[in-house]
Amino acid sequence: MDLRLSESDEAFRAGLRDWLARTLPALPEAPTRDDWPARVRFDTDWQRRLFDAGYAGLSWPTAYGGQDAAPSEQLLFLEETTRAEAPYVGVNFVGTLHAGPTLIAEGDEDQKAAHLPRILRGEEVWCQCFSEPEAGSDLAGLRTRAVRDGDHYVVTGQKIWCSFGHVGEYGELLVRTDPDAPKHRGISWLILPMDLPGIEVRPIETLLGSSEFCEVFLDEVRVPVANRVGAEHDGWRVTNVTLSFERGTAFVSEMVDARRLAEELRPHVTSTAERRELGHVLAALDALWALTIRNVSQASRGVAGPGALMFKLAYSEARDRLGELTMRVLGRGGFDVHDYRVEERLRTLSLPIAAGTSQVQRNIIGERLLGLPREQPWPAAPSGSPAR
Amino acid sequence: MNFDLSDDQVALRDAIRRRCEDRFDSTRVRAGFDADAFAELADAGVFSLRADGFAWADVSLVFQELGRALVPGPLVWSHLAHGLVDGIVGGLERPATGQPILLEHLDALDTLVVVDDDGIVAVPADALRGATPLDWPLDPLTPLHRVDTVPAGTRVGDAATARGWRDAGRVLVAAFQAGMAQACADRATAYALAREQFNRPIGSFQAVKHLLADLAVRAEVARAAVDAAACHLDDPDVGDVDRAVRTAKCLAGEAALANAKGSLQVHGGIGFTWDVDVHLYLKRAWLLNTTFGSPDEHAEVLAS
Repeated sequence: MDLRLSESDEAFRAGLRDWLARTLPALPEAPTRDDWPARVRFDTDWQRRLFDAGYAGLSWPTAYGGQDAAPSEQLLFLEETTRAEAPYVGVNFVGTLHAGPTLIAEGDEDQKAAHLPRILRGEEVWCQCFSEPEAGSDLAGLRTRAVRDGDHYVVTGQKIWCSFGHVGEYGELLVRTDPDAPKHRGISWLILPMDLPGIEVRPIETLLGSSEFCEVFLDEVRVPVANRVGAEHDGWRVTNVTLSFERGTAFVSEMVDARRLAEELRPHVTSTAERRELGHVLAALDALWALTIRNVSQASRGVAGPGALMFKLAYSEARDRLGELTMRVLGRGGFDVHDYRVEERLRTLSLPIAAGTSQVQRNIIGERLLGLPREQPWPAAPSGSPAR
Repeated sequence: MNFDLSDDQVALRDAIRRRCEDRFDSTRVRAGFDADAFAELADAGVFSLRADGFAWADVSLVFQELGRALVPGPLVWSHLAHGLVDGIVGGLERPATGQPILLEHLDALDTLVVVDDDGIVAVPADALRGATPLDWPLDPLTPLHRVDTVPAGTRVGDAATARGWRDAGRVLVAAFQAGMAQACADRATAYALAREQFNRPIGSFQAVKHLLADLAVRAEVARAAVDAAACHLDDPDVGDVDRAVRTAKCLAGEAALANAKGSLQVHGGIGFTWDVDVHLYLKRAWLLNTTFGSPDEHAEVLAS
């Protein structure tokens, strides 16, 4: 057990730092938050630069243009780029981190050839169409119907929380192909070209006043059967294969940012109470950094340790504590959302909700790690009796 | 970089865990610390790990297991003093003015060591025989004596040695507390699986399940902090040793306390009784949070 980087990791980091030092000053100016066409240009340009430098698809196999890098290199890449304030993955998020890995694991050769090289080069932007108004935490309860009609599925339904829905050229679409099967067994995974007739995209204005997410309405959209990834009705399994590509690194950039924000609060805390709280936050974030390194170390050896299932819950809580301390310390200086610290406080309100609420996380930890039984249905109460 | 237990470390951890299960079950733990317990722990190599060539990361694993079993005694001090002061050694950090001077396990000690910024002094326990015992100490497994002053004693370590002891002492107490936090999570989970109400295990209720998940997460995060601090002691070049050590003591101290209370809650009424060990974990957590710095003290330094 140690925290020392190997020689090859050191070499990787040195090369990356050198490249960042040469590349970042030459980048065009970052676009404003609401200028989506400019954001797409900027983010895909960054992806192209990563590709040209050999940093695209770090976790992807070399057979599909990836780097097949060690998890520790993936960690170092995210740590160093975030420290250097390089652009984020941005609109390339779904393509490079979710849709691409899904195609690698489950796509056929035509699907791989059509999309993987373009995703890596920043030529293709993807969005995710999974959640529905009636299927949030209970994602497998989704209702969007896909009815087979010859070589096509005819898809009708409504999706929500589609990240980058208004700029994606393709969407990851989950549909119900067998309404009579148990809910996890009647789902299929489709590649949705977002320009097909019958698709309407409406941006959702979040409490930040921005529109990373959209609603997508599907009205008898004809999707070729050839766009199905994996077997028919097997889409639930297909959606879950991508997790292994994260290898413990999903929150590395978040962690680097959180620690920077906490460090930046140091000179601004005035009272003993604030100083103590900041110390507790710094300690919590340092501990979570250690847990990140542990998770990555275990992923490198193919070990599924408990920390991987625990991280998001613990991080969400630490981040909320940091956000609240920030507002306390800023006081009436915290009422301008142009201040990135305030914007971050607002943005991080989504952490305990997105990608599995903290309550769902606790159920998962309780049932999968601790072996606790699922909540059992109650017998009906006798009529006229308010108590059980 | 492999921040996970090596095969040797897993074997070491499992061996000490078995030893604790065999020799320090609840009955033995409740009998308290004495010369026999010391001899047994010494025989297991608990105090001589560093002298025997083990890394701090290894020692930390052993103390996590001792904490899991809640083994009583001046274990950290005797480990720190090994090779410098013979016999059963207890210790004291020079307390802040206004705080009572309380000596732990005095009747079992050969020597008391006192650590402050200037160094370490050793006081023969015989010189402290007039101390007044507390007849109802908070932690029943840690007997306390009160003294007004500590005799001068003999200098056995300089300021640099004292600093080293403080760093190592913080990590070992934190390791012990991380083990306590894990034990509280494990015991509460086991109880929630066995205890039935409304014809079902109480662990099936989400209100209880979520509490148990929080206990498990808190223990795991504290353990990561403790292991990281131990790795910093072994290899100071990997980062800021003082920061890593204080982080561990802060997190593990909070985890031991919060998990003992959470375990008490899951146990319900039976958790409020003397017979169940939960209160022993809770009381030790309070005690250890006054040893080698409290979570709040370390937090304040971390943010300064």
